Amino acid sequence: MVNIVLVSHSPKLVEGLEELLKQVVGQVSIVTAGGDEDGSIGTHFDKIQAAVEEAASGDDGALVFYDLGSAKMNAEMAIEVAESESVRLVSYPIVEGSYLAAVESSIGNSLDDILASLEKEFG
Amino acid sequence: MLIGVEETIQWLKNYNDKLSEQKDYLSQLDRAIGDGDHGINMARGFQQVADSLDDDFDDVSTVLKKTATTVMSKVGGASGPLYGTAFLKMSMACKGKEVDAGVFAEMVEAALGGIKQRGKSEEGEKTMVDVWSPVLDMLREGEFDAERLKKTAEDAMQNTEDMTATKGRASYFKERSQGNLDPGAVSSYYLFAELADVIGKGA
Repeated sequence: MVNIVLVSHSPKLVEGLEELLKQVVGQVSIVTAGGDEDGSIGTHFDKIQAAVEEAASGDDGALVFYDLGSAKMNAEMAIEVAESESVRLVSYPIVEGSYLAAVESSIGNSLDDILASLEKEFG
Repeated sequence: MLIGVEETIQWLKNYNDKLSEQKDYLSQLDRAIGDGDHGINMARGFQQVADSLDDDFDDVSTVLKKTATTVMSKVGGASGPLYGTAFLKMSMACKGKEVDAGVFAEMVEAALGGIKQRGKSEEGEKTMVDVWSPVLDMLREGEFDAERLKKTAEDAMQNTEDMTATKGRASYFKERSQGNLDPGAVSSYYLFAELADVIGKGA
């Protein structure tokens, strides 16, 4: 199954979103990186890198969703450092996009299938 | 030679002192049009940089590389990736070289390219690019002059006041972002001003 990474400035935002996703697709691996080092609002490279590395260790790839600008920049760097072809950063709405991705992942769709669905729905 | 290992370390330590001194001012600028964390993030990250520079370093490139990795993981926000990339590119551009005026211009060119790519930004968007770009133009003109470096960076920083932000968190404010200096431009000005002071005093 394709893993999902949620990157946000707010720990509560990703916590809530993870809860929402888990309710429908319990078995999909969802990794979160919310807030800065001490859990305040912000983004933190080490935290995001750890989440990306964890998601990249799966066999079927991972999709990384983010909320705002610096989350995107840090996630881009983390993916470059991970040097994994199968981890993709996507610029779709974090709630609806990750929900769609989680559902498709849970029914066994591939990374490319999910990317195509996301583009069709939100592109 | 423009700067060696000792001057580079001095530069970064002085920059840390400056950031720590201006932390509240930078955050205040950032609160007006961003998320208000620029001062705190930069001061926290560069304190770690300053603490990491007491080791022995072989060359300027190694000092800058150490700085880059510390900045990336300790600064946070957008400044971490942007300044981290800038220092990493500078480090790569002077690898195996003595840093003279020509090499320094190449370093700033590489850093500016990295910042633009990482931030998907261009000149005139009210970002740190609007300081780095005029500084590069000045450095390319030939003979190095510390006072001119400082003045160029200062004028460039001032020019961001009237610009409208189209990148970063400030862009959500659209025209309301006018009338405020860009905090990243101010912290970039400090960086070049501190370098000018280190070089000026050494000469």
